[in-house]
Amino acid sequence: MEKNNGFCVSNLSSNLLITCFIALITTVLFRVLYVIYRTGKPLSKRASRQPLSTLIVLGSGGHTAEMINLLLVLQKDRFAPRFYIAAATDNMSLQKARVLENSLADSSGVKRVSAEFMQIYRSREVGQSYVTSVWTTLVAMAHALWLMIKIRPQVVLCNGPGTCIPLCVIAFFFKVVGIRWSSIFYVESIARVKRLSLSGLLLYKLWIADQFFVQWPQLQRKYPRAHYVGCLM
Amino acid sequence: MGETEDGMRPKKVVFVTVGTTCFDVLVKVVDSLEVKDELLGRGYPSLLIQMGRGSYLPTKSTGDDGSLAVDYFTFSSSIADHMSSASLVISHAGSGSIFETLRLGKPLIVVVNEDLMDNHQSELVEELAERKHLYCAHPQTLHQTIVGMDLKSLLPYSPGDATPVAKLLIRFLGFPED
Repeated sequence: MEKNNGFCVSNLSSNLLITCFIALITTVLFRVLYVIYRTGKPLSKRASRQPLSTLIVLGSGGHTAEMINLLLVLQKDRFAPRFYIAAATDNMSLQKARVLENSLADSSGVKRVSAEFMQIYRSREVGQSYVTSVWTTLVAMAHALWLMIKIRPQVVLCNGPGTCIPLCVIAFFFKVVGIRWSSIFYVESIARVKRLSLSGLLLYKLWIADQFFVQWPQLQRKYPRAHYVGCLM
Repeated sequence: MGETEDGMRPKKVVFVTVGTTCFDVLVKVVDSLEVKDELLGRGYPSLLIQMGRGSYLPTKSTGDDGSLAVDYFTFSSSIADHMSSASLVISHAGSGSIFETLRLGKPLIVVVNEDLMDNHQSELVEELAERKHLYCAHPQTLHQTIVGMDLKSLLPYSPGDATPVAKLLIRFLGFPED
Protein backbone atom coordinates (compact mmCIF):
# COMPACT_ATOMS: atom_id res chain seq x y z
CA MET A 1 0.00 0.00 0.00
CA GLU A 2 2.72 2.44 1.05
CA LYS A 3 4.69 1.67 -2.04
CA ASN A 4 1.62 2.52 -4.15
CA ASN A 5 1.11 5.81 -2.29
CA GLY A 6 4.77 6.69 -2.70
CA PHE A 7 4.54 5.97 -6.38
CA CYS A 8 1.42 8.17 -6.69
CA VAL A 9 3.02 11.09 -4.88
CA SER A 10 6.15 11.04 -6.97
CA ASN A 11 4.01 10.75 -10.10
CA LEU A 12 2.00 13.80 -9.01
CA SER A 13 5.04 15.86 -8.22
CA SER A 14 6.75 15.04 -11.49
CA ASN A 15 3.51 15.87 -13.32
CA LEU A 16 3.42 19.19 -11.47
CA LEU A 17 7.03 19.83 -12.40
CA ILE A 18 6.39 19.13 -16.05
CA THR A 19 3.30 21.35 -16.03
CA CYS A 20 5.24 24.19 -14.43
CA PHE A 21 8.03 23.75 -16.93
CA ILE A 22 5.64 23.87 -19.88
CA ALA A 23 3.89 26.91 -18.40
CA LEU A 24 7.23 28.66 -18.06
CA ILE A 25 8.31 27.88 -21.60
CA THR A 26 4.94 29.05 -22.93
CA THR A 27 5.11 32.29 -20.95
CA VAL A 28 8.61 33.01 -22.20
CA LEU A 29 7.58 32.21 -25.77
CA PHE A 30 4.58 34.52 -25.63
CA ARG A 31 6.69 37.23 -24.02
CA VAL A 32 9.32 36.90 -26.77
CA LEU A 33 6.65 37.07 -29.45
CA TYR A 34 5.17 40.14 -27.76
CA VAL A 35 8.59 41.83 -27.65
CA ILE A 36 9.13 41.08 -31.34
CA TYR A 37 5.66 42.45 -32.06
CA ARG A 38 6.43 45.68 -30.16
CA THR A 39 9.91 45.96 -31.71
CA GLY A 40 9.99 48.61 -34.38
CA LYS A 41 6.83 50.32 -33.19
CA PRO A 42 7.51 53.98 -32.37
CA LEU A 43 7.17 54.90 -28.73
CA SER A 44 4.17 56.95 -27.76
CA LYS A 45 4.63 60.70 -27.57
CA ARG A 46 6.29 61.62 -24.33
CA ALA A 47 5.02 64.50 -22.25
CA SER A 48 8.31 65.05 -20.46
CA ARG A 49 11.51 66.14 -22.15
CA GLN A 50 13.51 63.84 -19.92
CA PRO A 51 16.60 62.62 -21.74
CA LEU A 52 17.12 58.92 -22.39
CA SER A 53 20.20 57.05 -21.21
CA THR A 54 22.09 56.03 -24.31
CA LEU A 55 24.59 53.29 -25.05
CA ILE A 56 26.86 54.00 -28.02
CA VAL A 57 28.83 51.08 -29.41
CA LEU A 58 32.07 52.02 -31.12
CA GLY A 59 34.14 49.90 -33.51
CA SER A 60 37.56 50.15 -35.08
CA GLY A 61 38.32 52.45 -37.97
CA GLY A 62 35.42 53.52 -40.13
CA HIS A 63 32.78 52.44 -37.61
CA THR A 64 33.78 55.04 -35.03
CA ALA A 65 34.21 57.73 -37.69
CA GLU A 66 30.68 57.03 -38.92
CA MET A 67 29.26 57.01 -35.40
CA ILE A 68 30.90 60.33 -34.53
CA ASN A 69 29.49 61.75 -37.78
CA LEU A 70 26.00 60.82 -36.55
CA LEU A 71 26.58 61.97 -32.97
CA LEU A 72 27.61 65.42 -34.17
CA VAL A 73 24.07 66.10 -35.43
CA LEU A 74 22.25 64.28 -32.64
CA GLN A 75 20.31 66.39 -30.16
CA LYS A 76 22.61 65.71 -27.25
CA ASP A 77 20.25 66.97 -24.57
CA ARG A 78 17.77 64.23 -25.49
CA PHE A 79 20.35 61.45 -25.29
CA ALA A 80 21.96 61.54 -21.87
CA PRO A 81 23.74 60.21 -19.95
CA ARG A 82 25.87 58.66 -22.70
CA PHE A 83 27.82 55.45 -22.29
CA TYR A 84 30.47 54.59 -24.86
CA ILE A 85 31.66 50.99 -25.24
CA ALA A 86 34.55 49.90 -27.45
CA ALA A 87 36.41 46.61 -27.81
CA ALA A 88 39.27 46.02 -25.38
CA THR A 89 41.78 45.86 -28.24
CA ASP A 90 40.57 49.10 -29.83
CA ASN A 91 42.72 51.95 -28.60
CA MET A 92 41.58 54.83 -30.71
CA SER A 93 37.79 54.76 -30.59
CA LEU A 94 37.28 55.76 -26.95
CA GLN A 95 39.84 58.48 -27.40
CA LYS A 96 37.88 59.92 -30.32
CA ALA A 97 34.69 59.76 -28.24
CA ARG A 98 36.39 61.58 -25.38
CA VAL A 99 37.47 64.32 -27.78
CA LEU A 100 33.87 64.67 -28.95
CA GLU A 101 32.51 64.85 -25.40
CA ASN A 102 35.15 67.34 -24.34
CA SER A 103 34.35 69.59 -27.27
CA LEU A 104 30.68 69.54 -26.23
CA ALA A 105 31.54 70.54 -22.69
CA ASP A 106 33.68 73.40 -23.98
CA SER A 107 31.22 74.86 -26.47
CA SER A 108 28.04 74.83 -24.40
CA GLY A 109 27.85 76.82 -21.21
CA VAL A 110 25.55 74.21 -19.73
CA LYS A 111 26.39 71.88 -16.91
CA ARG A 112 28.51 69.07 -18.24
CA VAL A 113 26.57 65.89 -18.98
CA SER A 114 28.24 62.80 -17.64
CA ALA A 115 29.67 60.48 -20.24
CA GLU A 116 31.26 57.16 -19.42
CA PHE A 117 33.76 55.19 -21.44
CA MET A 118 34.08 51.42 -21.13
CA GLN A 119 35.83 48.55 -22.82
CA ILE A 120 34.40 45.13 -23.55
CA TYR A 121 35.96 41.80 -24.48
CA ARG A 122 35.58 41.07 -28.17
CA SER A 123 33.44 38.16 -29.36
CA ARG A 124 35.80 37.56 -32.25
CA GLU A 125 38.96 39.19 -33.55
CA VAL A 126 39.28 39.79 -37.28
CA GLY A 127 40.48 36.54 -38.81
CA GLN A 128 39.92 34.45 -35.69
CA SER A 129 38.79 30.87 -36.33
CA TYR A 130 35.07 30.33 -35.86
CA VAL A 131 35.75 27.38 -33.53
CA THR A 132 37.63 29.38 -30.89
CA SER A 133 35.17 32.20 -31.45
CA VAL A 134 32.48 30.16 -29.68
CA TRP A 135 34.36 30.39 -26.37
CA THR A 136 35.38 34.02 -26.77
CA THR A 137 31.79 34.91 -27.65
CA LEU A 138 30.58 33.33 -24.39
CA VAL A 139 33.14 35.36 -22.44
CA ALA A 140 32.08 38.48 -24.31
CA MET A 141 28.42 37.72 -23.50
CA ALA A 142 29.17 37.42 -19.80
CA HIS A 143 31.09 40.67 -19.84
CA ALA A 144 28.35 42.37 -21.84
CA LEU A 145 25.74 41.19 -19.33
CA TRP A 146 27.78 42.68 -16.51
CA LEU A 147 28.08 46.04 -18.28
CA MET A 148 24.44 46.11 -19.36
CA ILE A 149 23.20 45.42 -15.83
CA LYS A 150 25.16 48.48 -14.72
CA ILE A 151 24.01 50.72 -17.57
CA ARG A 152 20.47 49.50 -18.44
CA PRO A 153 20.25 51.95 -21.35
CA GLN A 154 17.01 53.21 -22.82
CA VAL A 155 18.59 53.72 -26.24
CA VAL A 156 21.25 51.62 -27.99
CA LEU A 157 23.12 53.06 -31.00
CA CYS A 158 25.32 50.78 -33.05
CA ASN A 159 26.68 50.56 -36.57
CA GLY A 160 28.30 47.26 -37.22
CA PRO A 161 31.22 46.06 -35.15
CA GLY A 162 30.89 42.55 -33.71
CA THR A 163 31.04 44.06 -30.22
CA CYS A 164 27.44 45.22 -30.62
CA ILE A 165 25.96 41.72 -30.93
CA PRO A 166 26.28 40.57 -27.30
CA LEU A 167 25.09 43.99 -26.15
CA CYS A 168 22.04 44.02 -28.44
CA VAL A 169 21.13 40.42 -27.61
CA ILE A 170 21.21 41.30 -23.92
CA ALA A 171 19.17 44.45 -24.53
CA PHE A 172 16.59 42.21 -26.21
CA PHE A 173 16.75 39.82 -23.25
CA PHE A 174 16.15 42.74 -20.87
CA LYS A 175 13.03 43.60 -22.90
CA VAL A 176 11.76 40.02 -22.61
CA VAL A 177 12.24 39.73 -18.86
CA GLY A 178 11.11 43.29 -18.22
CA ILE A 179 14.37 44.67 -16.79
CA ARG A 180 14.46 47.60 -19.23
CA TRP A 181 12.72 48.44 -22.49
CA SER A 182 15.31 49.90 -24.85
CA SER A 183 15.08 51.20 -28.41
CA ILE A 184 17.82 49.62 -30.49
CA PHE A 185 18.96 51.58 -33.53
CA TYR A 186 21.33 50.03 -36.06
CA VAL A 187 22.95 51.95 -38.92
CA GLU A 188 24.68 49.63 -41.38
CA SER A 189 28.09 50.90 -42.42
CA ILE A 190 28.45 52.98 -45.57
CA ALA A 191 30.96 50.38 -46.73
CA ARG A 192 28.12 47.84 -47.06
CA VAL A 193 26.62 48.38 -50.50
CA LYS A 194 25.27 45.03 -51.63
CA ARG A 195 25.63 42.73 -48.63
CA LEU A 196 24.93 43.27 -44.95
CA SER A 197 27.63 42.70 -42.38
CA LEU A 198 27.27 39.69 -40.09
CA SER A 199 26.14 41.95 -37.25
CA GLY A 200 23.58 43.61 -39.49
CA LEU A 201 22.30 40.29 -40.77
CA LEU A 202 21.81 38.92 -37.25
CA LEU A 203 20.05 42.02 -35.94
CA TYR A 204 17.82 42.18 -39.01
CA LYS A 205 16.88 38.50 -39.24
CA LEU A 206 16.28 38.12 -35.51
CA TRP A 207 14.11 41.24 -35.39
CA ILE A 208 16.28 42.67 -32.65
CA ALA A 209 16.79 46.19 -33.99
CA ASP A 210 13.86 48.57 -33.59
CA GLN A 211 15.05 50.61 -36.55
CA PHE A 212 17.50 49.35 -39.15
CA PHE A 213 19.12 51.92 -41.43
CA VAL A 214 21.01 51.26 -44.67
CA GLN A 215 22.95 53.76 -46.76
CA TRP A 216 22.63 52.23 -50.22
CA PRO A 217 19.45 51.49 -52.21
CA GLN A 218 20.64 48.00 -53.18
CA LEU A 219 20.37 46.94 -49.54
CA GLN A 220 16.95 48.45 -49.09
CA ARG A 221 15.70 46.38 -52.03
CA LYS A 222 17.13 43.21 -50.51
CA TYR A 223 15.99 43.96 -46.97
CA PRO A 224 12.64 45.72 -47.18
CA ARG A 225 12.25 46.30 -43.43
CA ALA A 226 15.33 48.52 -43.54
CA HIS A 227 15.10 52.29 -43.88
CA TYR A 228 17.18 53.77 -46.72
CA VAL A 229 18.75 57.03 -45.57
CA GLY A 230 21.40 57.58 -48.25
CA CYS A 231 25.12 58.08 -47.63
CA LEU A 232 25.65 59.67 -44.26
CA MET A 233 29.35 60.50 -44.72
CA MET B 1 45.84 76.79 -53.78
CA GLY B 2 47.28 79.97 -55.33
CA GLU B 3 50.82 81.09 -55.90
CA THR B 4 53.30 81.96 -53.20
CA GLU B 5 54.86 85.39 -52.90
CA ASP B 6 57.88 84.69 -55.05
CA GLY B 7 55.62 83.61 -57.91
CA MET B 8 56.55 79.95 -57.57
CA ARG B 9 53.69 77.45 -57.71
CA PRO B 10 53.26 75.39 -54.55
CA LYS B 11 54.55 71.87 -54.95
CA LYS B 12 52.01 69.35 -56.16
CA VAL B 13 52.19 66.50 -53.71
CA VAL B 14 50.92 62.98 -54.23
CA PHE B 15 49.86 61.66 -50.85
CA VAL B 16 49.71 57.90 -50.30
CA THR B 17 47.92 56.56 -47.23
CA VAL B 18 47.32 53.06 -45.85
CA GLY B 19 45.53 54.20 -42.70
CA THR B 20 46.16 51.99 -39.68
CA THR B 21 46.79 48.91 -41.81
CA CYS B 22 49.88 47.18 -43.14
CA PHE B 23 49.88 47.38 -46.92
CA ASP B 24 53.48 46.81 -47.97
CA VAL B 25 52.44 45.71 -51.45
CA LEU B 26 51.03 49.15 -52.19
CA VAL B 27 53.98 51.01 -50.71
CA LYS B 28 56.38 48.88 -52.79
CA VAL B 29 54.44 49.53 -55.98
CA VAL B 30 54.29 53.26 -55.33
CA ASP B 31 58.02 53.24 -54.63
CA SER B 32 58.72 51.51 -57.96
CA LEU B 33 60.58 53.40 -60.70
CA GLU B 34 57.70 52.84 -63.09
CA VAL B 35 55.16 54.62 -60.92
CA LYS B 36 57.53 57.33 -59.74
CA ASP B 37 58.52 58.18 -63.32
CA GLU B 38 54.90 58.29 -64.37
CA LEU B 39 53.98 60.66 -61.53
CA LEU B 40 56.94 62.91 -62.30
CA GLY B 41 55.98 62.90 -65.96
CA ARG B 42 52.49 64.01 -65.06
CA GLY B 43 53.82 67.03 -63.22
CA TYR B 44 53.88 65.80 -59.64
CA PRO B 45 57.29 66.69 -58.19
CA SER B 46 56.67 65.26 -54.75
CA LEU B 47 55.48 62.01 -53.19
CA LEU B 48 54.60 61.57 -49.52
CA ILE B 49 53.85 58.09 -48.20
CA GLN B 50 52.04 57.31 -44.95
CA MET B 51 53.04 53.68 -44.47
CA GLY B 52 51.13 52.75 -41.31
CA ARG B 53 52.09 49.40 -39.80
CA GLY B 54 54.04 48.28 -42.87
CA SER B 55 57.64 47.12 -42.71
CA TYR B 56 58.83 48.04 -46.21
CA LEU B 57 60.71 51.34 -46.14
CA PRO B 58 60.60 53.45 -49.31
CA THR B 59 63.72 55.21 -50.57
CA LYS B 60 63.79 58.83 -49.50
CA SER B 61 64.82 61.43 -52.03
CA THR B 62 65.09 65.20 -51.91
CA GLY B 63 64.31 65.51 -55.58
CA ASP B 64 67.05 68.08 -56.02
CA ASP B 65 68.46 66.14 -58.96
CA GLY B 66 65.17 66.47 -60.86
CA SER B 67 63.87 63.13 -59.71
CA LEU B 68 60.68 62.67 -57.71
CA ALA B 69 61.00 63.92 -54.13
CA VAL B 70 59.98 61.07 -51.84
CA ASP B 71 59.34 61.13 -48.12
CA TYR B 72 57.47 58.84 -45.75
CA PHE B 73 56.20 58.45 -42.20
CA THR B 74 54.26 55.80 -40.30
CA PHE B 75 51.47 57.63 -38.53
CA SER B 76 50.45 61.21 -38.00
CA SER B 77 47.93 63.01 -35.87
CA SER B 78 47.35 65.42 -38.74
CA ILE B 79 46.61 63.20 -41.71
CA ALA B 80 43.90 65.72 -42.60
CA ASP B 81 46.56 68.40 -43.15
CA HIS B 82 48.55 66.17 -45.48
CA MET B 83 45.40 65.35 -47.40
CA SER B 84 44.43 69.00 -47.67
CA SER B 85 47.74 69.92 -49.22
CA ALA B 86 47.81 67.01 -51.65
CA SER B 87 46.94 67.27 -55.34
CA LEU B 88 46.34 63.56 -55.70
CA VAL B 89 45.62 60.93 -53.07
CA ILE B 90 46.33 57.23 -53.44
CA SER B 91 44.64 55.38 -50.62
CA HIS B 92 43.89 51.93 -49.27
CA ALA B 93 40.23 50.96 -49.37
CA GLY B 94 39.31 51.98 -45.84
CA SER B 95 36.03 53.90 -45.79
CA GLY B 96 37.44 56.46 -43.37
CA SER B 97 40.30 57.44 -45.71
CA ILE B 98 38.03 57.36 -48.75
CA PHE B 99 35.40 59.70 -47.40
CA GLU B 100 37.90 62.00 -45.75
CA THR B 101 39.52 62.46 -49.18
CA LEU B 102 36.25 62.80 -51.09
CA ARG B 103 34.91 65.37 -48.64
CA LEU B 104 38.06 67.43 -49.24
CA GLY B 105 37.34 67.27 -52.95
CA LYS B 106 40.71 65.67 -53.77
CA PRO B 107 41.23 63.36 -56.77
CA LEU B 108 41.49 59.84 -55.44
CA ILE B 109 42.82 56.48 -56.56
CA VAL B 110 41.82 53.67 -54.22
CA VAL B 111 43.95 50.53 -54.20
CA VAL B 112 42.26 47.38 -52.94
CA ASN B 113 44.32 45.04 -50.75
CA GLU B 114 43.78 41.56 -52.15
CA ASP B 115 45.44 39.91 -49.16
CA LEU B 116 42.59 40.86 -46.85
CA MET B 117 40.19 38.03 -46.13
CA ASP B 118 36.54 38.67 -46.89
CA ASN B 119 37.23 41.78 -48.87
CA HIS B 120 34.00 43.69 -48.31
CA GLN B 121 35.88 46.92 -48.86
CA SER B 122 35.90 46.40 -52.62
CA GLU B 123 32.08 46.72 -52.75
CA LEU B 124 32.27 50.34 -51.68
CA VAL B 125 35.19 51.18 -53.95
CA GLU B 126 33.53 49.61 -56.98
CA GLU B 127 30.29 51.47 -56.34
CA LEU B 128 32.04 54.83 -55.96
CA ALA B 129 34.19 54.12 -59.05
CA GLU B 130 31.04 53.30 -61.02
CA ARG B 131 29.66 56.66 -59.93
CA LYS B 132 32.92 58.22 -61.13
CA HIS B 133 33.92 59.66 -57.77
CA LEU B 134 37.32 57.93 -57.77
CA TYR B 135 39.55 55.50 -59.64
CA CYS B 136 39.78 51.91 -58.43
CA ALA B 137 42.93 49.84 -58.85
CA HIS B 138 44.79 46.78 -57.61
CA PRO B 139 48.50 47.01 -56.75
CA GLN B 140 49.40 45.40 -60.11
CA THR B 141 47.18 47.77 -62.07
CA LEU B 142 48.13 50.98 -60.27
CA HIS B 143 50.68 52.04 -62.85
CA GLN B 144 48.20 51.43 -65.67
CA THR B 145 45.56 53.43 -63.82
CA ILE B 146 47.88 56.39 -63.36
CA VAL B 147 48.81 56.27 -67.04
CA GLY B 148 45.19 56.28 -68.15
CA MET B 149 43.62 58.56 -65.56
CA ASP B 150 41.79 61.73 -66.49
CA LEU B 151 41.21 63.52 -63.20
CA LYS B 152 38.91 66.10 -64.79
CA SER B 153 36.47 63.34 -65.59
CA LEU B 154 35.93 62.56 -61.92
CA LEU B 155 32.64 63.77 -60.49
CA PRO B 156 32.67 65.71 -57.22
CA TYR B 157 31.22 63.93 -54.20
CA SER B 158 28.57 65.76 -52.17
CA PRO B 159 29.09 65.04 -48.47
CA GLY B 160 26.27 63.20 -46.80
CA ASP B 161 24.10 64.52 -44.01
CA ALA B 162 23.17 62.51 -40.95
CA THR B 163 20.55 65.02 -39.74
CA PRO B 164 17.58 63.13 -41.24
CA VAL B 165 18.58 60.06 -39.21
CA ALA B 166 18.75 62.17 -36.04
CA LYS B 167 15.23 63.44 -36.79
CA LEU B 168 13.95 59.90 -37.38
CA LEU B 169 15.31 58.80 -34.01
CA ILE B 170 13.72 61.74 -32.21
CA ARG B 171 10.36 61.03 -33.83
CA PHE B 172 10.56 57.31 -33.06
CA LEU B 173 11.33 57.97 -29.41
CA GLY B 174 8.29 60.20 -29.07
CA PHE B 175 10.14 63.43 -28.45
CA PRO B 176 8.47 66.62 -29.66
CA GLU B 177 10.14 67.79 -32.87
CA ASP B 178 11.15 71.42 -32.89
